[in-house]
Amino acid sequence: MIVRIAGEGQFRLPDEDAGRLNELDNRAVAAVEQGDETGFRELWSQMLELVANDGNTLDDEELVESDVILPPRDITFAEARGEFTGDGLIPD
Amino acid sequence: MPGLGGRMSTVIKAKISRMLDRAEDPGETLDYGYQKQVELLQNVKKGIADVVTSKKRLQMQSSKLEQQIVKLDTQARQALSQNREDLARLALERKTLAQTELQSLDSQVKELEGQQEALTANEQKLRQKIEQFRTKKEVIKAQYSAAEAQVRISEAANGVGEQMADLGLAIQRAEDKTETMRARASAVEELEKAGTFEDLSQLGGGQDDIDRQLSELTSGVQVDDELAKMKAELGQGGGDAPALEQGEEKA
Repeated sequence: MIVRIAGEGQFRLPDEDAGRLNELDNRAVAAVEQGDETGFRELWSQMLELVANDGNTLDDEELVESDVILPPRDITFAEARGEFTGDGLIPD
Repeated sequence: MPGLGGRMSTVIKAKISRMLDRAEDPGETLDYGYQKQVELLQNVKKGIADVVTSKKRLQMQSSKLEQQIVKLDTQARQALSQNREDLARLALERKTLAQTELQSLDSQVKELEGQQEALTANEQKLRQKIEQFRTKKEVIKAQYSAAEAQVRISEAANGVGEQMADLGLAIQRAEDKTETMRARASAVEELEKAGTFEDLSQLGGGQDDIDRQLSELTSGVQVDDELAKMKAELGQGGGDAPALEQGEEKA
């Protein structure tokens, strides 16, 4: 699975991580819907950590599309309200 | 693909697939695609240059504020030595406002510097991908049948397109930020133009709108403290302040 963090680059993650990432994504949506910024921040950093720990940076010369695009690391809560809605970043 | 970057890349993808549909000959599509990428890279470079220009303008604004702060401080001292506490207070209120603006301006300039570095690194990535596309298109032209080539072209073009969309989004965010900062900076400029930071000797004792605004904006406590300190330095402090005789030389 290829994941991009907006503004940073692409990472190759084991396909098994898709479930875990999706779960965090769904919980992040729930946090945003409840206006729970602290909860959202926590989940968001877990998502970034998962990509950092399990992912290998893709070579700049690889021309592949990402399966998932995560928003920029410094996303504001206001921006998150626009992004983490419905099915989240990863549709079920 | 959903997500902040996703929306952008959907737009880019739509553009690319329209572009790919237009030419019947894959070789032509490839050359056109490459040419378009190089063009877009120029736009991107311009976008980054704009961010740098905005940053420089804000840095100039910030050094102008620094000068104003020194000037207002001097004016407050002068006013106080002429027993015009009202004017001294006014100058200090303005100094406090200018200091607050300066702090926020400086921290925003720092943030912008970080963004600028990220944009430059991102541009480097895009340049690599476009270079790779150039190599790949020759391989595709030479090795694949028209039908196969179309599939591979889409893959490669979308890979570049996504990177381009990503950089576009990053530039957009940096520009939004400079917009906010510019609005703030020009609010300070407006205050300057309205005479806020002008020579205090030209002002009467009466309160105008700006003064009232200033009193609301600035912290009274900070101004009171500074005024007391200044009085003490000038030897006008009350009995509890370590008063210096007027004209006495400081060691």
